[in-house]
Amino acid sequence: ENVDPQRTAFLLRKQWTLYSVSPLYGFSNAQLRDYARLLSAFIAAEKQKGLAVEVGVELDIKVAVSSLPDLKGSDQDQAAILVQLSSRSPASPKNSEEKLVWLGWFCCVAGDDLSQNVPEDFTCLPLFLANGAESYTSIVGSWFQKTFDCCFRRLAISPLNLSWMAAMWTGCKVEKTASAMELVFSVPCLPQPLDISYAIHPEDAKALWDTVQKTPGEITQEEVDVFMDCLYSHFHRHFKIHLSATKLVKVSTAIASAHCDGIVKFLQSQYLTGVLMLLTELAISQIQ
Amino acid sequence: HLATSLPLPSERDHLRPRIDLIAFMIDIKSKYSLKNVEASLAHVDASFFLGKVCFLVTGVGRVNYCSVEMNAIWKLGEVYCSPVLFCELELEGIRVATAQRLLRMLQICAGHVPGVSALSFSSLMRSSADE
Repeated sequence: ENVDPQRTAFLLRKQWTLYSVSPLYGFSNAQLRDYARLLSAFIAAEKQKGLAVEVGVELDIKVAVSSLPDLKGSDQDQAAILVQLSSRSPASPKNSEEKLVWLGWFCCVAGDDLSQNVPEDFTCLPLFLANGAESYTSIVGSWFQKTFDCCFRRLAISPLNLSWMAAMWTGCKVEKTASAMELVFSVPCLPQPLDISYAIHPEDAKALWDTVQKTPGEITQEEVDVFMDCLYSHFHRHFKIHLSATKLVKVSTAIASAHCDGIVKFLQSQYLTGVLMLLTELAISQIQ
Repeated sequence: HLATSLPLPSERDHLRPRIDLIAFMIDIKSKYSLKNVEASLAHVDASFFLGKVCFLVTGVGRVNYCSVEMNAIWKLGEVYCSPVLFCELELEGIRVATAQRLLRMLQICAGHVPGVSALSFSSLMRSSADE
């Protein structure tokens, strides 16, 4: 894992909305600057049409498209592509600081399942992460869809997958000052929506997982089930509520957090690639 | 007759008619419902598993609400030699079709269909599911 933590630090602690992206047709790593120009023109044209993002404020949107070669699983994977939208008010001087208004990146970590099965002219970057106003995500998304004949879909995460993440991330070694593991459940069939938040001391959670996991580096569905059942029984003993009858909607650990609506936060750069690998897998299964 | 779990209360045993078919309902959105069914299965007499039991899985329309792994359900069907049916309760068409299927199965299990026994019907269902 030779990911330079400095280069990816800007990806941490931000809220990312996830999308799955079908393979891009005719995409070339050599034309990133051209894409930035074309996207910039597209955004300006959309603004002219009256689809302005901020009413009353005339902002010049500058687009930068770059490659993040560190973020991939194997050499077969495409390097991640970063799109940055920054703004500068035309009133301020030419060399004043630009403010970053939106960030989006495409990536593929261990995506062999997909990339092995697509024809030559297609580029596999199945996972897209966006941070910033939804209106910008929509404009950038439409440009990519039009230009590369691909399809973006919001990536939802099922409770089953969230429990895998809870088990996997609990097993990761972090420094002593790790934050608590938190699970949030939504209770169905009630007139008023009710959320239950269950916080577990990270050391207790890790100790539990260590007794459940038989082979280090390998996780089975049974082990995840046993882990979650232990947490549910413990809760039931104290509160007489069956968490297994509710919907797990959010998992937060020291290394990352994930919400069933497809929203994640990365908290530790040493595990970034690992989490991306899992998310890439989810994106690929949504595409196929 | 509807029950949330087995065994049925013994006080009403003498008033209860003969049970011809047991349909265990599993909500794919609730792990608890699977656990409940697994616990209830232990209270069912072995003779019922000769074609008089089926599993009805609901909530399969929304993949992203899945809290139960499908493999666990298939395994249940295999272990108890009983068919697994799927039903999306929210869609009226599927609800009606499933109800009709269950009714047909019930007729066979109650012996009202000449020439077809519960056992032969269930082995027919299972071999077609395997293909």
